[in-house]
Amino acid sequence: MSTSTDIETTYADDAEKVSLWDRIGRPVAPFAWPMVLAGAVILAAGCFLSWSYTDEVLGDLSIDFYPGAVQNLMIIAAVLAVIFALMYRGPFSRLGEWLASATALRVLGLGTTVFMALVIALIGVQAGGLVNVMPGAWISFVGAVLILLGAAGLTPRASKDPLHAHLPSWLEILTIVALLAIVLFGAAYVLDIEDGTVFSLVVLFTGLVAFTLTRAGFFTWVGIIAQTHRRVLMLGAVAVAFLFPFTQDGSDANMSIATQVLIFASTALGLNIVVGLAGLLDLGYIAFLGAGAYVGAMFSHSAFATIGWKPNFLLVVIFGALVSATLGLIIGSPTLRVSGDYLAIVTLAFGEIFRLAMGNLDGQDGPRLTNGPNGIPAIPDLEIGSFNFGETHEVFGITLGRFANYYFLLLVVAAIIITVFTRLNNSRIGRGWIAIREDEKAAEAMGVNTFGLKLFAFAGGAFLAGMAGTIKAHHDVSVTPDQYIFLESAFLLAAVVLGGMGTVAGVLIGATILKLMPEKLRFVADYRLLIFGLLLVLMMRFRPEGLVASKRRQLEFHEEDEELADRVEEVHLVEEQEAKA
Amino acid sequence: MTAVDETIRTDRPDDGPVLEATGVTMRFGGLTAVNNVGMTVRPGEILGLIGPNGAGKTTFFNCLTGMYKPTEGRVRLLGNDLPPKPRAVVMAGMARTFQNIRLFGNMTALENVMVGRYCRTSSMALTSILRGPKFRREERETRARAQELLEFVGLGKSSEHLARNMPYGDQRRLEIARALATEPKLLLLDEPTAGMNPRETQQASDLIFRIRDSGLAVVVIEHDMRFIFNLCDRVLCLVNGQVLVEGTPGEVQSDPRVIEAYIGGAADDEEGDA
Repeated sequence: MSTSTDIETTYADDAEKVSLWDRIGRPVAPFAWPMVLAGAVILAAGCFLSWSYTDEVLGDLSIDFYPGAVQNLMIIAAVLAVIFALMYRGPFSRLGEWLASATALRVLGLGTTVFMALVIALIGVQAGGLVNVMPGAWISFVGAVLILLGAAGLTPRASKDPLHAHLPSWLEILTIVALLAIVLFGAAYVLDIEDGTVFSLVVLFTGLVAFTLTRAGFFTWVGIIAQTHRRVLMLGAVAVAFLFPFTQDGSDANMSIATQVLIFASTALGLNIVVGLAGLLDLGYIAFLGAGAYVGAMFSHSAFATIGWKPNFLLVVIFGALVSATLGLIIGSPTLRVSGDYLAIVTLAFGEIFRLAMGNLDGQDGPRLTNGPNGIPAIPDLEIGSFNFGETHEVFGITLGRFANYYFLLLVVAAIIITVFTRLNNSRIGRGWIAIREDEKAAEAMGVNTFGLKLFAFAGGAFLAGMAGTIKAHHDVSVTPDQYIFLESAFLLAAVVLGGMGTVAGVLIGATILKLMPEKLRFVADYRLLIFGLLLVLMMRFRPEGLVASKRRQLEFHEEDEELADRVEEVHLVEEQEAKA
Repeated sequence: MTAVDETIRTDRPDDGPVLEATGVTMRFGGLTAVNNVGMTVRPGEILGLIGPNGAGKTTFFNCLTGMYKPTEGRVRLLGNDLPPKPRAVVMAGMARTFQNIRLFGNMTALENVMVGRYCRTSSMALTSILRGPKFRREERETRARAQELLEFVGLGKSSEHLARNMPYGDQRRLEIARALATEPKLLLLDEPTAGMNPRETQQASDLIFRIRDSGLAVVVIEHDMRFIFNLCDRVLCLVNGQVLVEGTPGEVQSDPRVIEAYIGGAADDEEGDA
């Protein structure tokens, strides 16, 4: 420690972190690398032995040479550790020049050790005492600790920046395809997990792997190749989304969750135009979805529909969208001229007014449009042409049920919203929105129509939500006022903020997390306000730009950070070069 | 001054004044920041606006550009009355830069200038979403024009750099490029050389001359007297919100009232420096 006093005084935080790893690692440094390899082998070996006496705990971990779900995760961890170790020294060392293998191994080692400790504790708690933990689990734990200690003994080397890595483009495309395949099968696998604890562990492990790869610099490279092969990525993502129902083989439970996620994500993407692009805080966005849903219900073939006219569904979609957009114009035009805070308050109130109004338009206090609190029930399934969305179909021997039908339709809606989002973002209008976010007065002084652009974002967002709402009415079968409470608006906003304002991928991830977790985990459903609240507080503290950061938003959140600004500029220059090449 | 007023009255659009502000007054409560100021800018001239700190120069700029709604007075650009709305002013052909640089820091230099093109382009939502040929053409032209302007101010190589990463002098020039992108007939520069070293100041003068030669009229607020008297065709001195003197640099420079009110203290310093 005396050797690095001057460093410690200038970079107190950094030096402490480094010295802690080094202090642990110094004694093992000479044989650190074999230690990591041995640890990985021991970790994997332990996974093939039984971990507990009973088969009741964490799925089934009691059979030798038949690894259960949690054990499979640790085998993946062991494989990753071996790959990173061979990057550090050995056959993959050329890859190791680009990726920070030692840092990744440290993160991975620490993560697996904590993970194993957690698993052992869980077995102990759930099976009634640590006696029930079989040697296999202890062996794996020792393996994890060996990886951790060995990784501490490795020296993190200054590697080349993965930003400037140039691989043959077939390899880059292959990587994208492989990643998308992992997403598809990962999603199918995760949705099939029945046990809540195992599900949480899988989610935790996914986070660990993602963090490890981030620290290794892998995602920097993925970001660049995603930019260069945008078409491939887009087609691939569409293919994955399209293929997902075929992995479910008629299971309605998962498809129901998937459609709900899709409705939620589409709405959040619409909100992202308002919040993420135009920078307007809308706390009543759910009302626009509700307006669309009510329009969809009122023009439906339900016996309780209040309007006699039954037009073509495409007409209803447009109608619902227009009604929503009109509401948006009415709310937006007086409030958008003043500062942003007013908009937040007015939209908050508007959301409540909408709910109350829908609860009262029952023929007593006003015209009979919504049947009051009873809402409009028994909305029949959609019928477009001769295709009935309630019917089950067989495609290539795979059953696609009612929810799969809606899933495909919602996929189209989501695709429309994403297209609108990205194209507006990369246009004259998008530049205007950024300028408004940066400095509204200066934007106005440069001739940007600030009021018009804000109003357009607001009404446009409402338009898209109304469109999604008309489909939601048929999907949900009934429309009632209590589906459109303020909390729903708050969750939509949370999905945008958590995922990353101004990004498509981020909001998709955020919406999936926020919708999937309560569906799969009882305790999250019971304490969802507490848990999501905590999650948001933590995000605001440690990563205000969201899980997937839009570069521009990241810069806005870190105005003082010059290193970040240089980095973003460097990435931008590389992207420009790639685009030209 | 009366002679100038006489030429305005004839109101000939071809060689009439670019800007004609009369009786502009701005009061904030009891404080009169700008008091009955008139200013005329003729085509192709560089007009300097000088005055001690707090004389109301920037407030006057804000009145001209619609950032403030003047309490009294009237502003005419190319013979048309200007409404006190910043956007309308830009559309009519008057653009400005700011005393404290107000770039869009997290956008690249090129994007900053492209924002300046906003009011001269017209792609709306549907064209932007459908990406038809009109959109592509306009986007291409916007980009090309912005790059041209960056090269004009000498930032052609920095187009992909983030505005906030650029050196101070470059940021000032970028602001000018952004203002030029709005295709103004008249450019208002608020202290374009503040914080610049002598070499950069020289470059700024050259740039302003080139802007004038491209057919624009320019009004410059500046404290650097050597810069102003070298650059301007006419100089207007503002003191306590009122016009003290207006004339050629020579006239203003030697006017005892200006020396009294403004250069008095500073003149000693300048002599000391020299």
